[in-house]
Amino acid sequence: MSFFVIDRTRHGLISDSHVMNDIITTMFNKKFLEELFKPQELYSKKALRTVFDRLAHASIMRLNQASMDKLYDLMTMAFKYQVLLCPRPKDILLVSFNHMDAIKDFVKDTPSILSQVDETYQQLIEMYTPLSNGEFQLIRQTLLIFFQDMHIRVSIFLKDKVQNSNGRFVLPISGPVPRGTQVPGLIRIFSCAGEELTRLQFKNGGNYSSALREGSFELFGDRVTKLGTNMYSVSRPVETHMSGASKSSAQHTKVNAAPNPLAKEELNLLARLMGGLEVQKPGSTDNGFRVNLFATDEEEEEALISRPDELSYGVINIQATKDQQTNAELAKIMGEFTESGDQSPSASSKGDDLLAMMDGL
Amino acid sequence: RPFLSGPKQGELRCFKDTMYHKEKSIQIKNSASALYNNLSVLRIAPRRLTYFTVVHANVVNTVSASWDGLNYSHRQLQSKEPNVATSTSLIMQAAFCVLPSRDLLVVSSQKGIQMYESDGSIMVYWHALDTPEAPTAQAVFARGISAVSDNYICVGVSSGAVLVFDIPSKGSNITLSEVLEEHKEAITDIASECSGSQECLANLVTADDGGNMCVWKSGEEFQLLNKIPGLDITCSSVKLWKGTVLAGYGTGQIRLYEAVTGILHAEVNAHARWIYSLDIAPFSGLLLSAAEDSFVRVWHVSMTPETNSVEIAHLHNECVTDTQICGAKFCDGDGYAFAVTGYDLSEIIRYIQS
Repeated sequence: MSFFVIDRTRHGLISDSHVMNDIITTMFNKKFLEELFKPQELYSKKALRTVFDRLAHASIMRLNQASMDKLYDLMTMAFKYQVLLCPRPKDILLVSFNHMDAIKDFVKDTPSILSQVDETYQQLIEMYTPLSNGEFQLIRQTLLIFFQDMHIRVSIFLKDKVQNSNGRFVLPISGPVPRGTQVPGLIRIFSCAGEELTRLQFKNGGNYSSALREGSFELFGDRVTKLGTNMYSVSRPVETHMSGASKSSAQHTKVNAAPNPLAKEELNLLARLMGGLEVQKPGSTDNGFRVNLFATDEEEEEALISRPDELSYGVINIQATKDQQTNAELAKIMGEFTESGDQSPSASSKGDDLLAMMDGL
Repeated sequence: RPFLSGPKQGELRCFKDTMYHKEKSIQIKNSASALYNNLSVLRIAPRRLTYFTVVHANVVNTVSASWDGLNYSHRQLQSKEPNVATSTSLIMQAAFCVLPSRDLLVVSSQKGIQMYESDGSIMVYWHALDTPEAPTAQAVFARGISAVSDNYICVGVSSGAVLVFDIPSKGSNITLSEVLEEHKEAITDIASECSGSQECLANLVTADDGGNMCVWKSGEEFQLLNKIPGLDITCSSVKLWKGTVLAGYGTGQIRLYEAVTGILHAEVNAHARWIYSLDIAPFSGLLLSAAEDSFVRVWHVSMTPETNSVEIAHLHNECVTDTQICGAKFCDGDGYAFAVTGYDLSEIIRYIQS
């Protein structure tokens, strides 16, 4: 998202450089990060989209539903690409470091945010560098569950030929092998004493070369991988295509659409996360300015109407107001997630806790 | 039907490029998740059926396919505790376990282990893992499933423990017989001796995230026969055949070890990415390997008992374009046909010998 905002700023479509600073300040808010770094289950798509909406609106940038959907699609497909293409599971950490490096560059002139970013870096290094390759693969496999069945086509990926017209990413069978892997082709047979008896070669069917050097896992350093760097660094228009998505595999999982029985926990988590996200109170809507990801307002409206059902994210609207109506809305959402027949007092008290927390914002 | 018997290296090599061809795929209800060994196959010859099972997040997709290709019947199972309507958790693996008197479908997840009749119709057993109240930094899950000997099913746990269940010839009186605690890292895969030979001293191998392997002899008390240390590289898939451990690693290598001594027989730079699945056809010695690099490869493993030598030769490649493969299994004991699953793919791709 940050890369997108910078790109639009450079094109003069976002005229206020505060937008970038506001988003980053919010993302690196201490309380928010504290919550993020706690061990937790994978978010549902609904939950992540809600957090994303709040982050995007942390600045005075305002997007309509259609533009918001498009921005979110862009972000998720880009992230899916990065996670999928990582040559080794621990490279997802290098990708995160690429993200962090770029953010550091954006805020290098603002010391207060910069120190927050640096602290986050330290936390990332502390938490993740001790993990084994097997543990990173588990993280990667879990992330891939989140991205499963998403095949939205992104123009920039189609143009660069990293994505096919059916929305699936290109997996090259050429290029350097990951660090620690040998180019496939050699069979070695050993004697019981450990001497090599025979060497045989076989055709691997691809066009591989030896591994590149190791990327740096330190605070500063060459990450070597290009995954996670600014995909807008070469200027070009960015669009996402909806029609392709609905044509491709219609077997969208219904699992996420069903009420998530763990949603109560999730809402609590969301509330704690939101607690760390300060919303810009625009005062009047004149102060905020709208960003449209489409060429015209009409296109934007059209996109919203024609968006396939299975791709609407059903965002939970949690607003930090003391609004009676909003509290009632929240209570209703809580009620929906309670199992039918479960009249136990604990259910309603959890709802009360959540509302109390929201009130405190 | 064509049959690869009595391995003579020259005889096999001539089949190389056209050895297998693609057959009609089987559509499944959900796409496969990126999990090790994410395909299990059960051949039921008397009913001319084959069962396939593939994991998608918290759902197990099973499909029963008739051999004439005309009938497909689907069923979905969720990982949940009995009598608790809405709890679900991510499934790590689903595998058929074949015992002399019965076949079971075992599902291992973050919450515990379920055992079903092989058609998925009835759950016969549930074992809950010790899951903490709130999520901890260390993930908790069960992974690695194998039947062993006549009456045991072993399932691995993220702590490194291996649970041994005693399975009666019928009914649900399944009990936890023993907990094997040798591994310090999460179990990735478990395999039992599949050659049918009674002479093998070892009949079980367990592997973990660090590439360490333990070799066991089953019994009322399982006996640890050997430990083969890893090199900090995950062993994601393992097989045991004629006393030889065949292991696939995150670096794309396949290694063959003598189980009881740990002697390295062979090492293959087999794949350009993480291996996700190995399978062996016990009657012919054909080996199947599949990885994130989009390739499925067929090998031949041969043994010369007189010289105690084990050899491996490459036979065939299949590339599943733009797919990170997560499961590959032979559909029969000769290796006449095999099936493949890939991340984000909603089909089981099948190949058959030409």
